[in-house]
Formats: sequence, C-alpha cells, structure tokens
Amino acid sequence: MALDKNELAQLVAGDIPDGAYVNLGIGQPTSIARYLSPESGVILHTENGMLGMGEVVPAERADWDLTNAGKQPVTELPGAAYFHHADSFSMMRGGHLDVCVMGAFQVSAGGDLANWHTGAADAIPAVGGAMDLAAGAKQVWVMMTLFTKSGEPKLVPACTYPLTGKACVTRVYTEVATFHITPEGVRVTATYGIGIEELATRLDMPLLA
Amino acid sequence: MRTRIVDALTAVEEVKDGDTVLVGGFGMAGMPVELIDALIEHGAGDLTIVSNNAGNGDTGLAALLAAGRVRKMVCSFPRQSDSWVFDGLYRAGKIELELVPQGNLAERMRAAGAGIGAFYCPTGVGTPIAEGRETRVIDGREYVLEYPIRGDVALIRAHVADRLGNLVYRKTARNFGPVMATAATITIAQVSKIVEVGELDPETVVTPSIYVNRLVEVA
Repeated sequence: MALDKNELAQLVAGDIPDGAYVNLGIGQPTSIARYLSPESGVILHTENGMLGMGEVVPAERADWDLTNAGKQPVTELPGAAYFHHADSFSMMRGGHLDVCVMGAFQVSAGGDLANWHTGAADAIPAVGGAMDLAAGAKQVWVMMTLFTKSGEPKLVPACTYPLTGKACVTRVYTEVATFHITPEGVRVTATYGIGIEELATRLDMPLLA
Repeated sequence: MRTRIVDALTAVEEVKDGDTVLVGGFGMAGMPVELIDALIEHGAGDLTIVSNNAGNGDTGLAALLAAGRVRKMVCSFPRQSDSWVFDGLYRAGKIELELVPQGNLAERMRAAGAGIGAFYCPTGVGTPIAEGRETRVIDGREYVLEYPIRGDVALIRAHVADRLGNLVYRKTARNFGPVMATAATITIAQVSKIVEVGELDPETVVTPSIYVNRLVEVA
C-alpha cells in the first residue's frame, strides 16, 4: 500500500537523528513536526529567525510577531532563541544545520534539486530560502510525490526545470518508495505497494537495491 | 549623529524620487506599516524597494506598490497567496523584479553595512541565479561573487527604543531589521514605545543607536 501524507511525514520524522537541528520547508514538510517527540531533542530552525520553534497555532491564539517561514503563527518552546536574518542564513551556509527537508518539482539521479520555478513564461518566480538551504544544510532531504498528477516521474535522470541547487539531495521520501542518492547511484531503501522492477520501469532509470 | 525623535511624515521627508529604500518585515511581521503610509503621503516615486516579500494584502508595502511609486522590487519571495497587487503590476509589465535568494539578500545588506566590497557565496551555484556571474573555486568548492546592497533609506520596525535610538525587537519580527539598520544612509525605526536612556538593559540591545537616525513612536 502506498503511504498517505501522514504516514510519509511520520516516516521522515523517524529518520531524523536525535538532537538534530532541522529546517522543515514550507508545505508538506511542515507536517513532519507533528511526529517529532520531545524526547528526540530535535530543534526546529525557521529561517525567518528562530531556533526552538513549536507548533502552528490557530488564528485566535496567534501572536503575529511569532511566525514560521510560511507566515503561519507558531509557538516558542523552552530554550528557543531569536536572531536576525543574516545570522539565520549563516546557520545554513556555515554548515551548522544538520538536516533540511524540502518539497520538490524534480530531483535528479545525481541529487540536483529543482523546486523554485517551473520555467513557465507567465510564472512569477519566487525562491525564498530554498537555494541557501540547498547549498548550506549538511543533509538535504526531499519529501514529495514520486509522480506528477499526469503520471510523469519527479525523480529523473536530469532535471528539466531550473535548478535550486546542484548535487545537494541525499535522500528522497515519496509515497511509494524511499531513495538514497549515493555516488554509486540511486539506491531504493524501501517500497510501498510497488515492486522494484515496476519502479525502475516507470522511472526509466537504473536503481540499486 | 544623534537620533531624532519625530513623527512619521517628518521622518520620511528626505526620501527622494529614485531612492533605494530597504523595507523591513517578513510578510507582516516587522513590517513598518505606519512609515510606509507616511512614505505614500510624502509622495516620493520611482523607488527601488528591497524587502523579502512584495507586499501582502492591500496595506503596507502592497499599498505603496498600488500607489505606483515603485519602479523595481528586489526581493526573494514575491509570489504569495495574498500578493495580488504585485502580481498584477508584474504581469502588466509595470514593475521590474530582481529575484535574490533570501540569505543573499540578508548577507548583501550585511556586507553593505559592514563595509565589505563583495563576497563569494555558495548559494545558487549551478542555477539560473548564477548565470553570467563571476564564480571562483576556493578549497575545492565553487562560489558566486555577490555585491552589497546599500539603501538610501531603511524603514524598519522594532519593539522598544530608548531616546538614543538603541533598539530591542520582539520575537520573529526582528527578521531583517538589524541588518537593514546598518545598510542605509538614513535608518528610520518605528517602535511601539520609546523609553528614557538607561531603561534598556544594555545586554539586550540588538541594534545599537549608532545605526538609527530617526525614531517614530507608533503606539
């Protein structure tokens, strides 16, 4: 059985090492926070300037001076710290952030990431902190559906969309399979409701088991 | 020079047509809305605005854009669910956009404020952002040359100031404020409260008064 979104978020949360400093991207990766236990000691970084970010809260409990990167109101946990934007991005570029999890339009077999621009002529480009995270986090993990709504693979031999970062992705989590991007190639680490041969056929690329 | 405590309209009176204005805030958190309203009333146009986003809803930066005062936006994330003012101007070809990765936006202003001529940065290597730009391999890693972004004016919002202009911020509303304060010729800070000198614990001051030229209290 393919994983639903919550099961996928839980899976990623379980792979985050205890005590790691982690940035969760806007959208689906935000939901990983729900499955991180306090005992894990994982500390969430939000690029607008905070470590020790807590949960998203409803508007009636909002403090609009306290938001996440998606501009949703959040809480602060004991041990939280605030800092300005240049410091926040120094934490990424300086190699202090252990893991970031982002969504993607495409990931290549070599770990290239495309998640900021579809390349469509009338699209308004917006990059935010994605390129800084891709270049700076020690590990860049992607959480996405493996296929588009029309069935096109999103894990591809080479990205056709404009890149966010080169050779930066180390793991890919999807609803039907998880992958490690290694120097030897793309290694399948688990499958959910699909055989590895069918997976290789649909992705049209060699896979290591 | 000593920080002047003034009303919002007086604070922005030196802004000229064609100026580059750094505008604090991440979305509405830390957005100096009353200073922007004063800038609209003041009337300066043909502005280049440097800010993380390109306006939310119809107030603040979005209102300045709607008033037709902005020639160019320099930002990291213009497209949002409530950025209809910018979206309309962009699609109509009425505004220029320079898209800058968020960390580069902050670091380029930090460089300006710190007197750094340029710096090599790993962000954006191999992406369209780096096309045609000078790159260099240092210790086996590739970097892109980035230049400072300096403002004629910075409009920021902090929480509390003392009468000298020392600033403390509140939670994630700090965001770009401390960096922008260093990077402009004239820095104007809007605060919720101004207290007497000596009332702020010096250990908690985030932006020292030397960076602040005008203070506006907006209760």
